[in-house]
Amino acid sequence: MHGMDAAIRCRNLKKTYDGKVEAVRGIDLAIAPGECFGLLGPNGAGKTTTIEILEGLLQPTSGEVEVLGMTWPGHERELREWLGISLQETRLSEKLTVGETLELFASFYRHPASTTHVLEEMSLTEKADARVGTLSGGQKQRLAVATALVGNPKILFLDEPTTGLDPQSRRQLWEIVRQFQQRRGTVLLTTHYMDEAERLCDRLAIIDQGKIIASGTPEELIAGLRGHHVVEFAIRGNGGNQGLWASLPGVQSVRNEDGYYCLQVDEPHLTIPALISLVDNEGWRLAHLNTRQASLEDVFVHLTGRHLRED
Amino acid sequence: MAFPETQIEPTNAEIPVRAVNGRWAGYRALLGARMKELWREPEVIFWVFVFPILLALGLGIAFRNKPAEVTPIAVVNNSHAQVVMDLLQRAEAKNTIHADVLDEKTASDRFRLGQYSLVVTADNNGLHYRYDPARPESVLAHSQVNDVLQKAAGRTDSLATHATQSSEPGARYIDFLIPGLLGMNLMNSGMWGIGFAVVDMRQRKLLKRFVASPMRRTDFLFALGSSRLVLMIIEVVLLLGFGVFAFRMKVEGSVLAILLVASLGAICFGGVGLLTASRAQKIESVSGLINLVMMPMWIFSGVFFSYERFPQIIQPLIKALPLTALNDALRAIILEGSSLGSQWIPLAVMALWGGLSFLIALKWFRWS
Repeated sequence: MHGMDAAIRCRNLKKTYDGKVEAVRGIDLAIAPGECFGLLGPNGAGKTTTIEILEGLLQPTSGEVEVLGMTWPGHERELREWLGISLQETRLSEKLTVGETLELFASFYRHPASTTHVLEEMSLTEKADARVGTLSGGQKQRLAVATALVGNPKILFLDEPTTGLDPQSRRQLWEIVRQFQQRRGTVLLTTHYMDEAERLCDRLAIIDQGKIIASGTPEELIAGLRGHHVVEFAIRGNGGNQGLWASLPGVQSVRNEDGYYCLQVDEPHLTIPALISLVDNEGWRLAHLNTRQASLEDVFVHLTGRHLRED
Repeated sequence: MAFPETQIEPTNAEIPVRAVNGRWAGYRALLGARMKELWREPEVIFWVFVFPILLALGLGIAFRNKPAEVTPIAVVNNSHAQVVMDLLQRAEAKNTIHADVLDEKTASDRFRLGQYSLVVTADNNGLHYRYDPARPESVLAHSQVNDVLQKAAGRTDSLATHATQSSEPGARYIDFLIPGLLGMNLMNSGMWGIGFAVVDMRQRKLLKRFVASPMRRTDFLFALGSSRLVLMIIEVVLLLGFGVFAFRMKVEGSVLAILLVASLGAICFGGVGLLTASRAQKIESVSGLINLVMMPMWIFSGVFFSYERFPQIIQPLIKALPLTALNDALRAIILEGSSLGSQWIPLAVMALWGGLSFLIALKWFRWS
């Protein structure tokens, strides 16, 4: 590998299931060594298909994949030694203990990491002799990541690593990912949590319906949105309309979400006084008013008109 | 292309590495993990080890060789009844017949209920027997009682006859049963031990997780097969040992030959189990498949009774079943002390089933 070569690269990746369902419709990615890259998108966007193609577990219908300068399936034996993979949903053997499970996975690698060390790093040392069946959801997920890290990988693939976890377990996992990055590891993860993408990822690709609709650092993506601030409000009795709010100073765009208006604005200190005096003059009453920084969610809604999590 | 600088400062902290793993580290760990899983599954211990022994015990007791049974008969109470009773008293074989004198109605009622196998009525015209040709013991009683009475009355046999009683170990039902149970157990545990385990791991996405690591797929299959062989040895020793100690069964053939045949059987059914499980995604669907594959063999392959009872025309089909081949070879070696070489046909049948199943399974196998 040479200095600035990508750790993971793919070009025009496509995957069609059974000749009709187009799960991935032309994806290009270049992920740098040491980077934490996120694929952000709603369920069914094609994230898992994409990551599994990059992991060499699925064959693309067309397109090129290069991982650490090598290709699937020709370099499979060698590549597998360098990759740590945590699948979206693996139920490890419940009858084995945490330590035994980790030893099993360590045995597959030529140069595994010390299992004692990995257990410690994952805060699982106390659970080493516990059966997998007795672990909590967060502990199971940490063990799944531990089985990926025990091979001492150069690249860590995490498919929805924190789905269904409580906030504390999620933060614990984020910390583990950062530790891995500090050892110059490259991370590719998928998520449908915008906060996870925002806090953890150096760069992101937002995926929808099998295509990348935006990519860049979280800051770039939010900056690309015209109006970095969001003003949310509701009017009692449903007064006003979108055109009216769009005419307020500094407003870049207006959305109506179930009676709530979301204004994307550049300068809230100009917009909010104007909004309040307009409401007063019309004799309406505000039922709610809130202002916040624009998030990746707003980027996604702006690009697709839908929310990341529609559940 | 140029990538943006990452925000996290790399440190030089390397993760501690341990000794380099050798070629067979993965195989050994997979086998160890599989054995631990089996050992920690109480159901496995029961079905593989305890159940066949309970079955052998139950059937061995139910079909044990009992001393010759006493034939219960009724003699109708009339003026001639005493003559019949006197004749029976005089007979050599009087201990094998128990006769009660009853009035005609009671006698025929109890005969109908099966309490008596025969009703004897004596009158001026001689003896009248009432028996049921559909009841084997009734038919037997008819000829036995007639024989005894005729002899007691002075009939002599025109041919001299001799008979030898034969109930030596090796010819009893339990001797027939134990090798059959062993064969059936090897089939059950091969099919479930491989088929069920593979689909369970596929359903849990564990197979997919394994192939995402550098694990060699052949190591995985070898480890599964090896775990079967380890269990096979325990199964053979337990079941044969039980037969020898509890029923004084005599093992004629060499233990090595028995283990070799049992290994081939275990591998053969491992292959069939792998084929059965090569694509199924759900436990429910593979359970049905496994039962479907095993059912004809439970019936036809001579586990509990000889398959010679089935019509001649389907005998070649029965002999082509892998369990028939396994049972035949096991019985020949255990009960008759046959050599391995003499059993080449059943051994070839098993090798063919196992080999072909394994090859097709490899072609069809889905890891995810």
